Amino acid sequence: MGDLYVPDKKRNAGQEFITAVGRVLVSLFVPVVTFAVLWAGFIFLRDSGASQLIITLVAIIWGVGGVAALFILSNFTIQRLPVHWRKRFVPFLFVGPALIILGYYLFLPAIRSFYMSFMGKFSKDFVGLANYKYIFTDRTMRLAFLNNLEWMILGTSLSLIFGLLFALLSEKSRFEKLAKSLIFLPMAISFVGAGVIWKFIYAFRPAGEAQIGLLNALVTALGGSPVNWIVLRPWNTIFLIIILVWLQTGYAMVILSAAIKGVPVTLKEAARIDGASEWRIVFQIIIPSIKGSLVTVGTTILIVTLKVFDIVYAMTNGLFGTEVLASQQYKQMFKFLNYGRGSAIAIVILIAVIPVMWYNLKQFGKREVF
Amino acid sequence: MSKVKKRKSLNREGQSSGIAVNAVLLFLVILWTIPTFGILVTSFRVKDNVFATGWWKAFSDDSGFTLENYGQVLAGRDYKLKSDTNGNSPVKGDNMAGAFLNSISVTVPAVVIPILIAAFAAYGFAWLDFPGRRPLFILIVALLVVPLQISLIPVLRDYQKLKLNGTYLGIWLAHTGFGLPLATYLLFNYISTIPRSILESAFIDGASHFTTFVRLILPLSVPALASFAIFQFLWVWNDMLVALVFLSGAGAKMQVVTVRLLNLIGSRGQDWQLLTSGAFISMILPLTVFLALQKFFIRGLMAGSVKE
Amino acid sequence: MKRRMKLVSLLIIFSLVTAMAFAGGKSEGASTAAPEKKVIRIQGAFVEPEASRFEECLKAFEAETGIDVVYEGSKEFETQILVQAEAGTPPDVAALPQPGLMRNFAKRGFLTPLPPEVVSKIDANYSKSWKDLGSYDGKVYGVFHRVNAKSFVWYPKKAFEAKGYTIPKTWDELKALSDRIVADGGVPWSIGIESGSATGWAATDWMEDIMLRTAGPEVYDKWVNHEIPFNDPSVQNAAKIMLDIWMNPKYVLGGSTNILTTNFGDAVKPLFTNPPKAWLHRQGNFITGFMPEDIQANLDEEVGVFALPSINPEWGTPVLGGGDQFVAFNDRPEVMQLMAYLTTWESAAPWAKAGGALFPYKDTNFNDYSSAIDRALAKILVNAEVFRFDGSDNMPAEVGAGTFWTGMADLVGGVPVNKVLDQIEESWPKK
Repeated sequence: MGDLYVPDKKRNAGQEFITAVGRVLVSLFVPVVTFAVLWAGFIFLRDSGASQLIITLVAIIWGVGGVAALFILSNFTIQRLPVHWRKRFVPFLFVGPALIILGYYLFLPAIRSFYMSFMGKFSKDFVGLANYKYIFTDRTMRLAFLNNLEWMILGTSLSLIFGLLFALLSEKSRFEKLAKSLIFLPMAISFVGAGVIWKFIYAFRPAGEAQIGLLNALVTALGGSPVNWIVLRPWNTIFLIIILVWLQTGYAMVILSAAIKGVPVTLKEAARIDGASEWRIVFQIIIPSIKGSLVTVGTTILIVTLKVFDIVYAMTNGLFGTEVLASQQYKQMFKFLNYGRGSAIAIVILIAVIPVMWYNLKQFGKREVF
Repeated sequence: MSKVKKRKSLNREGQSSGIAVNAVLLFLVILWTIPTFGILVTSFRVKDNVFATGWWKAFSDDSGFTLENYGQVLAGRDYKLKSDTNGNSPVKGDNMAGAFLNSISVTVPAVVIPILIAAFAAYGFAWLDFPGRRPLFILIVALLVVPLQISLIPVLRDYQKLKLNGTYLGIWLAHTGFGLPLATYLLFNYISTIPRSILESAFIDGASHFTTFVRLILPLSVPALASFAIFQFLWVWNDMLVALVFLSGAGAKMQVVTVRLLNLIGSRGQDWQLLTSGAFISMILPLTVFLALQKFFIRGLMAGSVKE
Repeated sequence: MKRRMKLVSLLIIFSLVTAMAFAGGKSEGASTAAPEKKVIRIQGAFVEPEASRFEECLKAFEAETGIDVVYEGSKEFETQILVQAEAGTPPDVAALPQPGLMRNFAKRGFLTPLPPEVVSKIDANYSKSWKDLGSYDGKVYGVFHRVNAKSFVWYPKKAFEAKGYTIPKTWDELKALSDRIVADGGVPWSIGIESGSATGWAATDWMEDIMLRTAGPEVYDKWVNHEIPFNDPSVQNAAKIMLDIWMNPKYVLGGSTNILTTNFGDAVKPLFTNPPKAWLHRQGNFITGFMPEDIQANLDEEVGVFALPSINPEWGTPVLGGGDQFVAFNDRPEVMQLMAYLTTWESAAPWAKAGGALFPYKDTNFNDYSSAIDRALAKILVNAEVFRFDGSDNMPAEVGAGTFWTGMADLVGGVPVNKVLDQIEESWPKK
């Protein structure tokens, strides 16, 4: 059975220690050596006066080739080790680099933020739970919590429903590629571009003037009077959520469509022969088969809605009662220069997502591994 | 290949509701595309007309179309200076070519590196046993939620010491770090569903984990790799904050497309109509990547065929 | 076996390239020891076309000293500079838009105080209020260069004169003019405060102008420094006077809800339709850049402007303004040389000729301003008896760029004045 891991009961303390050190070294090896090599190459590239096109090409080959070559190199080294060492180190060859990089770029800063969330405005004096007290008592923050809840529920469910719908419909259509490309199109637009686009949908001109916003043009054509959508509380948050759904549906569609393609055709054919309707096939065969992908997509979109920031920031700057947690966090950190409060909001967002993580990880413990 | 084709045709047989499906799909696709189409039309209109009438009127009235917005973005903007050295002649602003190359240099490795690292990690978490496997995986998934803004200051501080400030390497690694949780999570969810029997048979043949991964798992995971590649590509391509923070040490010569586009609209946003054409110009590459990778999704069929 | 060979050769190639890179890097390092041209890096929030105009201003300095000055403007400058200052990678000089940001940076020790030779130049060439705005805790940090003045009302000159309207000197006359325009079937005001992620500032400017005209500069300062509460009767009074115009559907183009979503730059455009959809627009000198192209080409013939009239004659017509201040992050001699240069009219003249900017220097050569409008406004700015900096930029950002903005939007949305002001007062950071 090849490399199957067999627990070695006779390991002594010394061996344990060497194993631990070895694992850390294996984890560190790829990132550190890669980093050193790339770094040296870059100092060279930066100082060279070559044309931009050449630098671009060399940079790409250098970066991508470097990482690939070093995975190969470290595997090569590990394969030279005696078998019982190899078994202990191999897993860390796989997960080590990711852990080190994540640890540095996200985990340590998160710990630092946790610490900062107990500090005052200038990160110098300890203020205890004052920042958290602010978060749960301030008027604007209360609004942000409620709005975020709305974003999470509506944004996630609508994106999932439309994503699934598009995946199912396009699967059965001859225009699959074209349809998918067009649904995906919004994802390719930058947030700045999306902001401009939607300002033209929601634009408001007073009654009697030519409407330049599509929605109000429709309303007035049907005999209504124009509505200033963006300031219309409490509905304006929903109008902003529509932008997110418009952007995220493409993502849901791509992943779900790939999953649907993985559903064995024989299952569907068998059901059809049994006379099942297309609806039944969707609900009783396809959806159960792609449940895992639905959870994946749902989780990632839920996290996007929890962290939503750009749309609100660009469209309303949080005015007219549309503030959300992440836009408050950004403002506290970079506009109000209150790093303590900003960090505390980040930590609250982090804690808010624990139930979702817990649901995701229920299956993890049951896995059979090698 | 013939097997794939046969499957496809099977899939499309017996669709009595074909017209209905296409009709609903057409309706939704139009709904989804109208906003983009509107801005596409707007990008060809004269600035002052944009405020006077809705874009749908552009076809019926005689205001006409112009390529001005595209010319200004692509070739560089004309600025009137009225200075002693230049007289009254306009000055050309930066063009987009340099920014495009910069964006490509930033984006390609910032997509490939995290995919590679995350695929390795996903395999490790899905199929290998090691101490701390569960808590470490929980940690990675939890890091999905960490807003990257909190990392900017500490990371930049270290970059300063390592002279990584304003280098491609610095921004690749940063994007790698910020993209890894999603990459690992998505790829884990895919790789972990590969049937155990496939791996077992590989090990019986005496393959090592590394060989199994490179030879078997990576090819099987192409649909997942391709989908993540697209998302990371879009994210990096459209990112502005990370580029501003980690590339600013190098000055304007390393500006990426997003930064340069936003700067085009002027200090107080007076020339924002340029964003209409800018949005399309910056969209070309991500869309090409999507179209190019789209055919790899179909390989999902093959992955499915192995499952049977 | 073949695969192994491929692998090994790949590694060999890779290590060779690496070795070359190391060698290359080293030789590069050795050559950089040679004397280099001195470079000063400046960052700021203004981009093209202002960036080119600013670079034009630096040319004389570069020619004189041989120092290379590189300016980099960014629309996300405020975030960028904060992160860089915190991380220890700031540029040499930055143009900070708010005095509050300067004081915060100075307090945290990021900034270098200006040496006496630069301070004496500031004393000589600026009025005291500009020096005070650039000072913190007894030290001077900031040099003002391009500034703006905001207490102006713009109108379409030709149509205005054709109708026989006259420039109002008092608030009552302004109201009378507004009523007359309504009687003639027109709409007096076009107002817009939308500004993307900065929506609200145009509204706070209105409030500040009215505060200066109703309560006077001393009370204004107390209000900005929170020596009187935000819901003080004087502030309530100012808000009510503002809302008299804003909430009157006959006065404002499109009614009050239109104010919130009209871009501040688009709000000036209805003045120049034929016939004008609106007649009056209160905004700073920079608004000329948003006027239609054909109007900009004939600014002096097409556009008229007057100072926002006084309300309480006791306080006259004070000028509200704003501007970026240049601060230094280190004390390299060439950096201080540049700071000294920025205190002189020489550093401003090219931009004044290009147009669209005002400068606060005492030694201003007004003939350098290319348009009559710029010249007139520059004179108002430099000769103003009372000049006050934009109050919201001087308040803590939580209020000045936070609840004050939100509050103004709420006011227009119909929330009662006292409730809005109470909420802003409540949000003022406790000491």
